[in-house]
Amino acid sequence: MSSYNGGLGIFLLRRVVYLAVVVLIATSANYFLAATALNPRSNFEGRNPPPPPAVVDEQLTSLNLNDKTPVVERFGRWADGVWHGNLGLTIDHESVNAEMRRRVGVSLRLLLIGSLLGCFCGIAAGAWSAVNQYEFSDHAMTILSFVILSVPTVVLAVFLANAGSSFNDAIGHRLVYNTGEYTPGLEAWTSADIVNRLQHLVLPSLVLILQGLAFYSRYQRNSMLDAVGSDFVRTAQAKGLRRPQALIRHALRTALIPMGTFFAYEFTLIFIGSIFVEKIFSWHGMGEWFVQSIQKNDVNATAAIGMFVAVLVLFAGFLSDVVTVLLDPRIRRT
Amino acid sequence: MTQRQPLLEVNGLSVTFPSESGAVEAVRGVSYHVMPGEVLGIAGESGSGKSVSSLAVMGLLSRRARIAGSVRFEGEELLGVGDKDLSKIRGGRITMIFQDPLSALTPVFTVGDQIAEAVRIHQNVSKQAAMDRVVDLLNMAGIPNPRQRARAFPHEFSGGMRQRVMIAMAIANNPKLIIADEPTTALDVTIQAQILDLLQKAKEATGAAIVMITHDLGVLAGFADRLTIMYAGKLVEIGEVDDVFYRPRMPYTIGLLGSIPRIDAAPGTPLTPIEGSPPSLTNLPPGCPFTPRCPMRVDICREEEPDLLRMNSSGGEHFVACHRSAEIEQKNLKGVDIFPASAAVSSRIEELPREGRTPVLRITDLKKHYPMISGAILRRRVGTIYAVDGIDLDIREGETLGLVGESGCGKTTTILEILGLARPASGSIEVLGRNTAAMTARDRFQIRREISVVFQDPMASIDPRMPVSDILAEPMVTHGVPAEERSKRIGQLLEMVGLRPEHTSRYPQEFSGGQRQRVCIARALALKPKLLVLDEPVSALDVSIRAGVLNLLEELKAELGLSYLFVAHDLSVVRHISDRVAVMYLGRIVETGDVNRVFDRPAHPYTQALLSAAPLPDPRKERARRRIILKGDLPSPANPPSGCRFRTRCQKFADELNDSQRQVCIDVDPVLFDHGNPGSDHRAACHYAEGEN
Amino acid sequence: MSSIPSPIVEEPVETTGHDSRIRLVLRRFLRRRLAIAGFVIVLLLFAFAYIGPHCYKWRYDQIDFEAFLQRPSATHWFGTTQNGFDMLALTMRGMQKSLIIGLIGAVLSTGIAAIAGATAGYFSGWTDRAIVALIDLILVLPGFLIIAILSPVFHGRTWLIFVVLLAAFQWMITARVIRSMTLSMKEREFVYAARFMGVPDWKIIFRHILPNMSSFLIIDATINVSSLILAEVGLSFFGFGVQPPDISLGTLIGDHWESAQTANGYQFYFPAILLVILVLSVNLVGDGLRDALDPSAGSATGKGAASR
Repeated sequence: MSSYNGGLGIFLLRRVVYLAVVVLIATSANYFLAATALNPRSNFEGRNPPPPPAVVDEQLTSLNLNDKTPVVERFGRWADGVWHGNLGLTIDHESVNAEMRRRVGVSLRLLLIGSLLGCFCGIAAGAWSAVNQYEFSDHAMTILSFVILSVPTVVLAVFLANAGSSFNDAIGHRLVYNTGEYTPGLEAWTSADIVNRLQHLVLPSLVLILQGLAFYSRYQRNSMLDAVGSDFVRTAQAKGLRRPQALIRHALRTALIPMGTFFAYEFTLIFIGSIFVEKIFSWHGMGEWFVQSIQKNDVNATAAIGMFVAVLVLFAGFLSDVVTVLLDPRIRRT
Repeated sequence: MTQRQPLLEVNGLSVTFPSESGAVEAVRGVSYHVMPGEVLGIAGESGSGKSVSSLAVMGLLSRRARIAGSVRFEGEELLGVGDKDLSKIRGGRITMIFQDPLSALTPVFTVGDQIAEAVRIHQNVSKQAAMDRVVDLLNMAGIPNPRQRARAFPHEFSGGMRQRVMIAMAIANNPKLIIADEPTTALDVTIQAQILDLLQKAKEATGAAIVMITHDLGVLAGFADRLTIMYAGKLVEIGEVDDVFYRPRMPYTIGLLGSIPRIDAAPGTPLTPIEGSPPSLTNLPPGCPFTPRCPMRVDICREEEPDLLRMNSSGGEHFVACHRSAEIEQKNLKGVDIFPASAAVSSRIEELPREGRTPVLRITDLKKHYPMISGAILRRRVGTIYAVDGIDLDIREGETLGLVGESGCGKTTTILEILGLARPASGSIEVLGRNTAAMTARDRFQIRREISVVFQDPMASIDPRMPVSDILAEPMVTHGVPAEERSKRIGQLLEMVGLRPEHTSRYPQEFSGGQRQRVCIARALALKPKLLVLDEPVSALDVSIRAGVLNLLEELKAELGLSYLFVAHDLSVVRHISDRVAVMYLGRIVETGDVNRVFDRPAHPYTQALLSAAPLPDPRKERARRRIILKGDLPSPANPPSGCRFRTRCQKFADELNDSQRQVCIDVDPVLFDHGNPGSDHRAACHYAEGEN
Repeated sequence: MSSIPSPIVEEPVETTGHDSRIRLVLRRFLRRRLAIAGFVIVLLLFAFAYIGPHCYKWRYDQIDFEAFLQRPSATHWFGTTQNGFDMLALTMRGMQKSLIIGLIGAVLSTGIAAIAGATAGYFSGWTDRAIVALIDLILVLPGFLIIAILSPVFHGRTWLIFVVLLAAFQWMITARVIRSMTLSMKEREFVYAARFMGVPDWKIIFRHILPNMSSFLIIDATINVSSLILAEVGLSFFGFGVQPPDISLGTLIGDHWESAQTANGYQFYFPAILLVILVLSVNLVGDGLRDALDPSAGSATGKGAASR
């Protein structure tokens, strides 16, 4: 049909517009909420000695945080700035853009390895469990996953941080670090520096790996079990494939389809989950900023982070759609 | 003549599964053999163990199954052999075809890849050579554009095409034995004919023997050389196909054959139903499992399970497991001698000529189109589905109209439109003389008392969380019938459908399939409707139970003066129960009229093809039949062919017409013309209808 | 031969009663010993939280001026904090809050999801689009952020607002699943049968559709309990959830995590471990329920082989 491509184009456009509108509404809602519920003025008034009101007003206005200005006006200024790529100033007079760029980098470095490894190990463990259903290894994996999923991230992080310390004490040498991203003083990106960074990365990554392992293995196990009992595995065997071959080639491949959606959402939302890990291990990434900006009544930062999260969630949805299309031919051509 | 060695020898095969309620003895000591190149049919209903025994032969049962006995293939014992060795035989020398090709093919790999995999497991060939073989096989299986289609995914094929792919996969390595487990059950009858034809070709091409498992005896009559009947995990009769069909000696077989409606039956031939339902396989009582349902039971039947005894009066080897088989053979007892048959009943209304009776339902030029939305994520409209494209129906008081067609013809859409009672997009619907377009919500609510529905799957049409009393009460509660009257009526309804009043507190899961359908019928009758719409009411039931429900429907119609709109794809059932019939194809009615006239002398080529494809449980007639095999698949309802919609598959168009006649079919859309003698109730939409100039 | 066939006498397939389903469910549940263990532990924790304080001599708001930062002893079983509060009393009090928040929040969340999802799925059209848009919108809003920002608002007022907010950000994904379950159930014959009888729409939803999803709803509610408990801990840890003077396990963990590595780590470990036990037990119950109510989900028990 000649209208096919035109229809597809228009359709994508409609979807993009819909998503853009959702982001817009969410971001605006975030701003209004932050601007009305947070009280940056109290930061100044809490100082000792308290600065004169005129000074306070001037400071607030320069930051676009003055509660005497109507909210709509402040929103207008902020939105105008955002439209031009400028997210405003933090309550410490820093550029929100710069701060965000830096912190996103930190969080990425924190999360990337751990979450990828966790996902990979989890899928492998889940598949293994499904193939050996009801055997000891399956039970052990199930129990392990269960326990890990029942432990709040905070507790797990604290526990691992302490375990790290005890480990260091036991071997008499500081092998792993539980504070910060790196030890300051080393020249950036030399091999010594990289080793040092890795030493700092081990414990927080372990949190992510364990959680990923637990989460993905459970879902992958279920997905695999569904595939293992299905008719097409039986057909594969009827063709002459031995059971292990039939399972790996046919069942695993099919079982991966729903995992794509999970991974897309989990990976993108892990940014938010990092607030606990960053707090316990003192990494100065988005998670820490997330909490601090609220505690410091930093409206602009809070609004920017809200927008960041909104975009992230939508990206997650988009990514999961793409992954599903890639993995599942049934959706591709209909 | 040298004695040939059997290709497959099964001896004393037993399969037991552990389950929550106890051990399930799915197969209890089954022995049979298959000679090279022959077709052995295994027939049975649910719980007979027919599929499980074949899965055991292939070694495909779950690890929890306990298997005992012996299975020898070409002299080698298969049971107990490890997975590694068994996989060398599977797919190479023994292959299997399953019932549902959509779930039996892996959704993420192309069809070509999956067939190539089968080839490369057993033959040491290159990828390219395997692909070439795949294209050959697809071509042999009748799939157009094989090289292109090999790169398509299973969901892109229609049901019939997918089954062709499975057959191609099964013959890829020239097997000696093909096991086909209900290969055509999920398919329309014309597609079934195509697939059976293909299986026949495959057999001739490879010289393979075929074990054909099915519940449809008609299919086996034309296809099998030998036939076994299984019941409750055991063989109860086995022999040459003629012997089993014409000289059955086991009461179950006799009853089964008598309970199947036949397409060639004279009008008014009664069906002999078998009481009861197949037993559950946990904790089977001792003795013959058919005893509770057998009219010929004696004491010994309850104590001892009969062995297979040879019948002497039969031509070939014919064995029967019944204590009284010798007696049956001697007296040559037939179905009517053993099972009580119901006499045909008719009501006073049916004695009136048709024109004098009040119309109950009248549909004029009904159309229903759907937008076609494609894509699961990117959902957009890409066309229109012409599900129902201008049909007329007319049902009078006390009359049954059978609406026949295959999947995609629009019959389900039609009844949903009727039952919705909404103003149709085009055309008109008149229920009891009242036009739905003119109805208010209140009117509609009132009219719902007069028209009710019985669906195909009784389990799906009842809320499983409600007891029978609530199920029957629901329509009455909705329409404000007071409580006292309700309970009285519930008792009446149960009695009417042959259930006992104690059953009111039971839940649907506790009933058998046939009983559940009776509950659905009772519910449909709660408000004393005039018209009952029945959508495939017996297709989901076991064969031996269908007759009982059909008899009940006929009896109720006579007693209560009902009219039925009976939708079905099984022509023999339609012939048995209908007074008039309408044949649908791609949203249009192609032939309509008195059922006997239409079925005895079909005018439209599609009706002819349908009738020729409908299996007859009569081996001699089946062998003598000239089968019309339609080409290809149903065209897409979004894109119907110009002119006559049937022309792309029409055997007449392809074989009998000349070019100028064909042009008429391409250009002009035929309407229903009167056929035969004027005034006879028979119309067909064909420019070159049979018997006309 | 006889004319009209007499009523057919068919033997029922299974001679079990309606409670057959409930009995079957119970049987399967009881077979999972871990699930029972979980259930028992949850009950014990309830007792611990609500009855415990009456059996113990210290109250949560009582300061023992003679025992500041004391390790666990015979007088103070879980030790005391820096300000002299008894750790065991604090933990019991915190457990109360966590339990209640989990329960109320879960019921609320599942309830909203059921109504929203079923309405969207059943009515389609604009109702459906509106609800789906709402779901998308709330999904995009960072719940943590919003509740955190609003936390000063419910400072001083009842913590119920907090629970409502927690539930408000929990129901969306379940609602989506219920919506698609409704969409497929809508095409099932028993819904058609009810519609063609004339049964009104709301009755169909509440009497036919939702009760047939009850297994899913129960399992979802159970999972929500643990999700909500964990969400509360996360928020209260930073001071955004339960506000002083109220106490929850989250606030306790938040107050005392830094001492975890020191000799006074008991202040952290007692509430933390009890929290883990609580969540683990709830998860075990949820898993057991899922096995009992819907054994086909998540396991291939001989599917395809034993069916004929």
